[in-house]
Amino acid sequence: MSEQTHPETLLRVQGVSKRFGGLQALSNVSFDLPAGQILGIIGPNGAGKTTLFNCINGVYPPEEGRIIFRGTNITGWQSYDVARLGLARTHQIVRPLNELTVLQNVMAGACFGHERRNLAQAEKIADGVLEAVGLAKWRNALAASLNVAQKKRLELARALAARPYLLLLDEVLAGLNPTEIAEMVQVVRSLRDQGITILIIEHVMHALMNVSDRVIVLDYGVQIAEGTPEEVAHNPKVIEAYLGDPKVAERLLLGD
Amino acid sequence: MRAWRYPAFWLTLGLVAAVGIVVFATRSATLREEMFLLLMFVTLASSLNILLGYTGYVNFGHIVFFGLGGYVGFYLMSQQGWPLWWATLAGGLASGLLAWVLGAATLRLRGAYFALATIGVNEAVRAFVNNFRPFGGPTGMSLNFAVYRQYGGPANALWWTFGAMFGLTLLVIVISYLVKFSRFGLGLMSVREDEDAAMVMGVRTPSMKTWAFVLSALFPGMVGVLFFFKNGNVEPGDAFRLQMSIEIIVMVMLGGSGTVLGPAIGSAAYERLRGYLLTSPIFKNLHLAFAGFLLLIIVLFVPAGLVGWLRGRVPRLRRVLE
Repeated sequence: MSEQTHPETLLRVQGVSKRFGGLQALSNVSFDLPAGQILGIIGPNGAGKTTLFNCINGVYPPEEGRIIFRGTNITGWQSYDVARLGLARTHQIVRPLNELTVLQNVMAGACFGHERRNLAQAEKIADGVLEAVGLAKWRNALAASLNVAQKKRLELARALAARPYLLLLDEVLAGLNPTEIAEMVQVVRSLRDQGITILIIEHVMHALMNVSDRVIVLDYGVQIAEGTPEEVAHNPKVIEAYLGDPKVAERLLLGD
Repeated sequence: MRAWRYPAFWLTLGLVAAVGIVVFATRSATLREEMFLLLMFVTLASSLNILLGYTGYVNFGHIVFFGLGGYVGFYLMSQQGWPLWWATLAGGLASGLLAWVLGAATLRLRGAYFALATIGVNEAVRAFVNNFRPFGGPTGMSLNFAVYRQYGGPANALWWTFGAMFGLTLLVIVISYLVKFSRFGLGLMSVREDEDAAMVMGVRTPSMKTWAFVLSALFPGMVGVLFFFKNGNVEPGDAFRLQMSIEIIVMVMLGGSGTVLGPAIGSAAYERLRGYLLTSPIFKNLHLAFAGFLLLIIVLFVPAGLVGWLRGRVPRLRRVLE
């Protein structure tokens, strides 16, 4: 399609706006995400980060703008059709299929995601993914019995089992302790090495700054900055809106 | 074909098979009539379980498929001279078709709204049949006695009907297992656990739910034909009894919704209890009160039902009881 100016641009978001009643959740957000990159999205609470995810993966349609994924205009598509085109996501508030086993949860990801595997293949993929995220031990446990950190991993495993081209990670680090964060950051990095493109929302700033190639900053639904982590951390508007203190920015870039 | 590996599959199938074998071995007509009712309830409950247990949609109108299928089959037999077998199949397909149409309209609704819509559907179809001349309106239709001749007389016809009911029950159990251990079943259970998350994972929820509804409707449609063939007449009051829908829900919940063994055990247990209550001089007018009370107790204290409770209590039984 002629939509694609750059062959490696996996996702293009063009002028996306979304309103909820009187609240302008997103206004005119645009960015390109080249294949193989990690793009971070930051912003204070209520900045519209999750809304942006929901617009991209079809939970609800944007009022204005277009979303082009793999050269196809997916604006207004149902989320299951978007998933089948090769997009998977995790949820900020975990949504395990409680009364199913951990294995079944992950198999569902492989069965209905873009590769549409049969059960036997899905089980193999699921076992591999569970091993990779460190949940293999809980394979046959009910998803409801996991703790929060494990449920976060389960979210990730379920999305990965779909073998997506693009992965949307919505605060996978929130609520984890420092050791768990370090482990998860490793997992995210290894994903990029496997060639998965990632769009990531994160509040744990130093982690985000360390894994992202580029960062977008949202504030009240408006995109106020875009650039490398260094550029963004030194952008006066960002410091004012979000980081507060210039010294904090320094520490974020240095600290790991 | 993962279902074959589960002991529960053989257990449930064995229990149902035993019922049939005992009836055929003893050649007792009384036992046959009792067991016909029991197998009928097992089939109705197991088919409802596909929607209620696997997919998580409460359907208060399951009996509408029984009634409509029964009517269509009965019409074909009494007015068009179709044999029982083809009429049974046609009854099932008619119910499946109704479910397909209804599903497209009502499965957008979730939770309580869907449940309310299903009550409305039952009443609407009853009112329609009541005023539909070809189906005999409010007085219904009855079979000409001569129809039984092609089955070797009325007595033989009843044995044939029981045989068909028995086959249907075995079939619904096998289908329940196959669905549960299939990709389709995994999709349905994802919908039950979290419909939005399932959509995000790529489950085409509208078509999944519709097919579950259709599958769940085929069996009561066929059961209805057998039941009314055996009765010799059909009328709106018997075909679309809302209370029956609720009793079927009680059976599924009692045994354990979402399991295959549960609805079978639950319906057998409830049918026995119902039989006792209906014949006992003290309780005969109160059996529905008991059904309601039972449902209340189950929902409050053992929402997983008998089989679900056992699975939760004894984790080792997980692989045995499905």
